[in-house]
Amino acid sequence: MLKVGKATFNSRLFLGTGKYPNYDIQKQAVDVSETEVLTFSVRRMNIFDSDQPNFLEKIDLQKYRFLPNTAGAKNAEEAVRIAKLADASGLCDMVKVEVIGCDKTLLPDPVETLKATETLLAEGFTVLPYTSDDVVLARKLEELGAHAIMPGASPIGSGQGIINPLNLQFIIEQANVPVIVDAGIGSPKDAAYAMELGADGVLLNTAVSGANDPVKMAEAMKLAVEAGRLGFEAGRIAKKEYAVASSPKEGISIGE
Amino acid sequence: MEVIVNGDPLEVSEGITNIEELIQELRLEKKSLIVEHNQTILKKEKHKETAISEGDRLEIVHFVGGG
Repeated sequence: MLKVGKATFNSRLFLGTGKYPNYDIQKQAVDVSETEVLTFSVRRMNIFDSDQPNFLEKIDLQKYRFLPNTAGAKNAEEAVRIAKLADASGLCDMVKVEVIGCDKTLLPDPVETLKATETLLAEGFTVLPYTSDDVVLARKLEELGAHAIMPGASPIGSGQGIINPLNLQFIIEQANVPVIVDAGIGSPKDAAYAMELGADGVLLNTAVSGANDPVKMAEAMKLAVEAGRLGFEAGRIAKKEYAVASSPKEGISIGE
Repeated sequence: MEVIVNGDPLEVSEGITNIEELIQELRLEKKSLIVEHNQTILKKEKHKETAISEGDRLEIVHFVGGG
């Protein structure tokens, strides 16, 4: 069971809702993933096209907890405004603080992320900041009262997987709040690895929505997160430099 | 009456006096949307009691796919 703020989840997979081929495939992928948390962005509506479909109309709103992001924000002030807009919908009480500081790498602005987190916590939000894999920054966010820490595995949408497992491990070891590895996951292997490192959850989007078969990939990610978590809880064996036979040595002369 | 919606001017019919009526005129009443009126974010229950007048600035936003 994963606990973030006051919410508890059976699934440790958080799923993004961007860039699916169509809403039917997206709905199937979300269903099969068994996720309980969906992320969304907040954008201007096309007010002249009231027939424009929206994914929210396809799903049972009661079944999911919405985690709107503040993507598009360039500073803390904009992030806070987006979070408040999302909150006014009455559909969510959590927010993923996302303040991009570098257009080329889409890496977060650490200073503005801290500021936005502080403000939104003071306003009573459940705040999950997206951060780089910086150990000290993660600690400072936790000290502010962030309800979870969301370090990136590698740049958003890059599918490069976990490029710095050491930093992620440091963050996970030190954190007293859930650590949800967010961004950069490419394959089920990456998701399982994050969970094996001890992450409390994984948030991914493009790895599923951009797969040749998003529905199958959603199932693969569900299983990978579960497998990785089980592996972490079971405790892996220590690595050794040389071979150690797993068959007994006694009775080895049987073939002579 | 002209108001600015999502950055563009919009001519609103005579008789429209509040946000709820404007949303109905735009046929958006069934949508999950959020309105910001002159930089004040409104919860849905405030739509009816929030009057609009000439030159007001409105942002109408909603949730879209994102990660």
